[in-house]
Amino acid sequence: MKQIQNIGLALFLVGLAIFTSLIFFGRYEVTPEILENLVSNKGIKSELFINNMNSQVVGKEFSNPFSFSTEITSVLESANETLKKNSEWDKVIWDKPHSLTYEIAKQGGSGLIKDNKWLFWWLTFGLGIIGALMHIIPNVVIKGPPGIKNNGIWFNTATNRGWIGWFAFVFLVGFYLLLYFRPDYIVNWTYIVDPISESLSGNLASQWFLYGFLYCTVMTVMAVRMYIKYRHNKYQILRTTSVLFFQIVFAFLIPEILIRFEKPWYDFKNAFPLDYDFFFKWNLDELIASGGLGLFILIWGIVLTLVIVPVMVYFFGKRWYCSWVCGCGGLAETLGDPYRHLSDKSLKAWKLERWLVHGVLVFALVMTGFTLYTYFSGAEGVLGIRTQTIQDIYGLLIGAFFAGVIGTGFYPIFGNRVWCRFGCPLAAYLGIVQRFKSRFRITTNGGQCISCGNCSTYCEQGIDVRAYAQKGENIVRASCVGCGICSAVCPRGVLKLENGPEKGRINPTEILLGNDVDLMDLVNQK
Amino acid sequence: MEHIVIIGNGISGVTAARHIRKGSDKKITIVSAESDYFFSRTALMYVYMGHMKFEHTQPYENWFWKKNRIDLKKGYVERIDTENNTLHFAEGDFLQYDKLIIATGSQPNKFGWPGQYLKGVQSLYSKQDLENLEVYAPNNKVCKRAVIVGGGLIGIELAEMLHSRHIPVTFLVRETSFWNGVLPSEESAMINKEILSNGIDLRLSSNLKEIKSDENGQVKSVIIKETGEEIPCNIVGLTAGVSPNINFIKNSEIETGRGIKVNRYLETSIPNIYAIGDCAEQREAIGNRRPIEAVWYTGRMMGETVAQTICGNRIEYKPGHWFNSAKFFDIEYQTYGWVWPQPKDNEARFYWEHESGKKCFHISYDKNTREFIGINNFGIRMRHEFFDKILTKKQTVEYVLEHLADANFDPEFYKLHEKEIVTKFNTQNNTNIQLKKKSWKRIFQTN
Ligand SMILES: Cc1cc2nc3c(=O)[nH]c(=O)nc-3n(C[C@H](O)[C@H](O)[C@H](O)COP(=O)(O)OP(=O)(O)OC[C@H]3O[C@@H](n4cnc5c(N)ncnc54)[C@H](O)[C@@H]3O)c2cc1C
Ligand code: SF4
Ligand code: SF4
Repeated sequence: MKQIQNIGLALFLVGLAIFTSLIFFGRYEVTPEILENLVSNKGIKSELFINNMNSQVVGKEFSNPFSFSTEITSVLESANETLKKNSEWDKVIWDKPHSLTYEIAKQGGSGLIKDNKWLFWWLTFGLGIIGALMHIIPNVVIKGPPGIKNNGIWFNTATNRGWIGWFAFVFLVGFYLLLYFRPDYIVNWTYIVDPISESLSGNLASQWFLYGFLYCTVMTVMAVRMYIKYRHNKYQILRTTSVLFFQIVFAFLIPEILIRFEKPWYDFKNAFPLDYDFFFKWNLDELIASGGLGLFILIWGIVLTLVIVPVMVYFFGKRWYCSWVCGCGGLAETLGDPYRHLSDKSLKAWKLERWLVHGVLVFALVMTGFTLYTYFSGAEGVLGIRTQTIQDIYGLLIGAFFAGVIGTGFYPIFGNRVWCRFGCPLAAYLGIVQRFKSRFRITTNGGQCISCGNCSTYCEQGIDVRAYAQKGENIVRASCVGCGICSAVCPRGVLKLENGPEKGRINPTEILLGNDVDLMDLVNQK
Repeated sequence: MEHIVIIGNGISGVTAARHIRKGSDKKITIVSAESDYFFSRTALMYVYMGHMKFEHTQPYENWFWKKNRIDLKKGYVERIDTENNTLHFAEGDFLQYDKLIIATGSQPNKFGWPGQYLKGVQSLYSKQDLENLEVYAPNNKVCKRAVIVGGGLIGIELAEMLHSRHIPVTFLVRETSFWNGVLPSEESAMINKEILSNGIDLRLSSNLKEIKSDENGQVKSVIIKETGEEIPCNIVGLTAGVSPNINFIKNSEIETGRGIKVNRYLETSIPNIYAIGDCAEQREAIGNRRPIEAVWYTGRMMGETVAQTICGNRIEYKPGHWFNSAKFFDIEYQTYGWVWPQPKDNEARFYWEHESGKKCFHISYDKNTREFIGINNFGIRMRHEFFDKILTKKQTVEYVLEHLADANFDPEFYKLHEKEIVTKFNTQNNTNIQLKKKSWKRIFQTN
């Protein structure tokens, strides 16, 4: 069994190594046709750019994406600079340099990988999946009978912020930086999922398709791990199945199929303000332009946020979204599960959390206010601040850095819900409803708590669950995503997630059940 | 300002301190020789097993004590001078008090076995025990086999701990079946199976004769009394119960028996001295309880109670209905009320076991009045409040079975066995109990 696991690990690492090394290969060349196409598709009017491309890039062969990217972006930037100096604003190319280069590279690349897409799919994704499963599945036997088996988690360098953890951190952060800021470096990765993308939407894969596919793959493999680890716990099994379903069907398949029918890409479960660009002009325009479905999406999006989300939180707590539906939550609960104990439980962290998460919510709302004002009034901005600037800042700081680079990249160091806890504006909104108007609570079972601390240790949201449980108090916290792990790891059966009457949900106590009733009355009634 | 000194920073002492702080402005000092800060003894096992780090066993952050003006003093009290209200420390210094609360907990029993002080022979009680375990049993290369002596809750925890590091364990249990001084035979048998199925070499009806030393004064093997068998091992865990940790008090004026004698107000024989938790011994047992109760919950309750008295509201220690819980490898156990190992004359029993052999349900009730007396539930979680209310209101066994849905505390979506249980009861007793639907209203009813 151990043998199989080791072989699995080796296969996985080989797959990962091949995947990583792909960045460094390939040949890239811009042919005159490619340039022509680009100019006409993008409506490029800058002769300077076209001429320089022709003289410096076209017909030259580059042996890696980096020099290719450097060359094109420098042509682009120098052309733009001159144009801006001469105030020829209509000719300036506003595309992000690396996104533009990505588009050129996607067409201009050639070589082994582009020619053998399936082969390389198997050498990367294939090996990775098979290897990971070989590593995971033997745990059914190795870890012993069903039950909580957190043995050695704090001794393992992968899960105790040891060197493997830091390595994973660097890898993940690097991956997100490439994905968001250097898509032109990773064209080779997109080639290997082209066939899948074509079969779904009919288009070649973009870096976002690659991300979506990778996301679903990782979640599925790690869901297998969850199924094994919590096979005695039906709540965990159902919850995992649910997030997996919503990710694959709602966040991945449906939007791609919409594209196939020339409809706007839309993830029906992604609620504003997590879906922060829902009210952006380009999105509204696109929705309105695409007829009945577009209109439906527009109304659905608004109803989802204003009605469905709060009503569901009232009945079930924010968990219905964060732990049963959401894609970010889905990744956190599968890929992130091995890191859940790394969240910071201190009071300081809780204070920081409240400032940050509500700050982001305010930011998102203000930005959306600007956006809508601009949309309806036609003005460039409000009070001299350009709406576009605010949107760009939000997109970069919150959309890319917080949600992506920090949110997932920091899993191995700060735990799996960094984004959900400190950054997600939707979580902030759900949390306010959960705290003040909901039937959900984690019931503490009378006086049974022995203060062992398993619950707090394994709470991914950094909630000091024990602080409530050992006082006999129910846990009613804005940030609780209802993952149910505190209840699962409690060795004394103290915690139960449940929905019940609002009355008595919050029950501050001093003397716990089991002691003299008169004393309880005396002290608790004060 | 009155100075309250508490010896012992365990659950009893700390609970007392917290509640005294809530109820007064008195100066409070907690003394302990074991650790700088309060930690949860019950979680020691999880540190060794790698589920938690030691810091996670500390229920309060380190700033908590200063913020609540609770002074912490590290030191070992060697002598209490009751005449001059002074504690004398092994380190040579002393501390004066106005009122003293003794909450010094327990110490592991050692029954004078030859070799019981060898290196590698230890118990599982203190932080130091945990550290020693890392020395003598860090892994299965250093420790080829462990022998545990004494089949109680701590013994089985130690077995699970060592097992988690793949160290082979031989478990010597004096009784004919695990913990059958407390558990009825059905439950006890179930736990025997659980122990065996985890690959522990369980030896029932086996006593320790002696522990043998190697040339370095370290344990080499043990000899079993009944068979004379010698079992080579690198560590011996002595877990044959605990007794009050009061050696340093024995030659003071404070009256002691097995523990420190206290009355119902938790007062000792000296007026301004109180004793709570594991180290206290009730002069007369309360109800069916034992005079010394070495469990977490009672320590906490005594702490809650004595704080009231110290704050001027002299109040009797009146624990409510008995409850307890534990976990045996993967099987969780809770109990409410009393289920004795042998039914008493007035008692009848109902037992249900799940086909998996990992869940069971054992109710004790009065044959004549049908009053519910107690329940043992294994592998099924039950609501404390439900049973507390049942016991207070002296409800019948039929009432309990009818309302099992209210009683259940398992996580959502778990498979419930209520129907099966009720059907079995009906068939056995010729009754026609109908299971009622879960009702939030009933669950939250306060009277
Ligand atoms: C491994 C283990 C698991 C357990 N699990 C459970 C469980 O699941 N459920 C349950 O109900 N109970 C459990 N118990 C029992 C429970 O932990 C004890 O009943 C409880 O901790 C007793 O608390 P206490 O405050 O009375 O004493 P303690 O926690 O023992 O604290 C006493 C403190 O006083 C200090 N002290 C003693 N003498 C002196 C001195 N002369 N000078 C200075 N300091 C001194 C000691 O060093 C110690 O720190 C468990 C015990 C152990 C060891
Ligand atoms: S409190 Fe419990 S259910 Fe809520 S997030 Fe933390 S571990 Fe999950
Ligand atoms: S895990 Fe359970 S027993 Fe341990 S501190 Fe949390 S609620 Fe209490």
